[in-house]
Amino acid sequence: MLVLTGAFAMVFFYAPLDADQGFVQKIFYVHVPMAIVALFGFVGGGICAVMYLRTRETKWDMRSYVTIHLSVILAVGVLITGSIWARASWGHWWVWDEPMLVSFLIVFLLYATYWPLRFSLEDKEKQARYASVFAIVAGAFVPLNFTAVRMAEQYIHPETFATTTGGMPGKFALTFVVALIGMTLLFFTLVKYEMASKHATFRLRALRRKLAGDDDDLMLTGRSAAPQL
Amino acid sequence: MLPALPLDEAGKYVAAAYLVFLLLLLVYVAIMASKLSKIEREVVEIAELVDRKTADPPPPPPPAPRAKAKAR
Repeated sequence: MLVLTGAFAMVFFYAPLDADQGFVQKIFYVHVPMAIVALFGFVGGGICAVMYLRTRETKWDMRSYVTIHLSVILAVGVLITGSIWARASWGHWWVWDEPMLVSFLIVFLLYATYWPLRFSLEDKEKQARYASVFAIVAGAFVPLNFTAVRMAEQYIHPETFATTTGGMPGKFALTFVVALIGMTLLFFTLVKYEMASKHATFRLRALRRKLAGDDDDLMLTGRSAAPQL
Repeated sequence: MLPALPLDEAGKYVAAAYLVFLLLLLVYVAIMASKLSKIEREVVEIAELVDRKTADPPPPPPPAPRAKAKAR
């Protein structure tokens, strides 16, 4: 939070105004780091899913679940802030012939089906296995999708890491990097908190079952989209 | 792309974008806080359950049959 607060202070007091877009370009420092962290989070969820399929340890399924959960929350932020920026820059809340916007929406909608998929499976082992396969396929789709969009000819969305146009000037780049580090640290902190919360919940449930002398795991937990430890 | 908006008009869009981020974070923290309070309640319930179990010792096992005593 400290790094992110520092980054936002840099956005308004250090980074200069953009020559083309003016003050509206300040949205870039919250929109793009959120998008990058969300996309890497989706890929990270896929990597954790690979680890689950290799080891069959539930902790990897839990990591995959939590990472995807937080990435989807960030993706909601990306869509809303992107829409606000589009309205200010292009005069429209949404542009359907803009590949970057539509492709991000597709990725978001794809991951929105992750919870219904998990919830539809009652058997916990099967749930973890199917969800892992989904996370791997969807995680592989993210960089492919991004590359395809970069290669698209019709392109009005600004490029963040354009090398042909010289990239970002120093003060813009420094502010952006600090904002990206802050967003990444925030993401890992929230992943850690959510993991700790889930662990505590499941340990308490196990303890309650033990005290009640109930050996049937499914009787008290019921159906849930979240992994069971 | 439209020409750059003047500061007074651009300001509301920038503020809205940063507020959306803050709001998302606050909603997430609020949900986590409610989950934490639920965990706290469960800890209290389990502690009470443990107290009750330790306060009421298990009933003694039934006495062994006194076959020899009866024979006397």
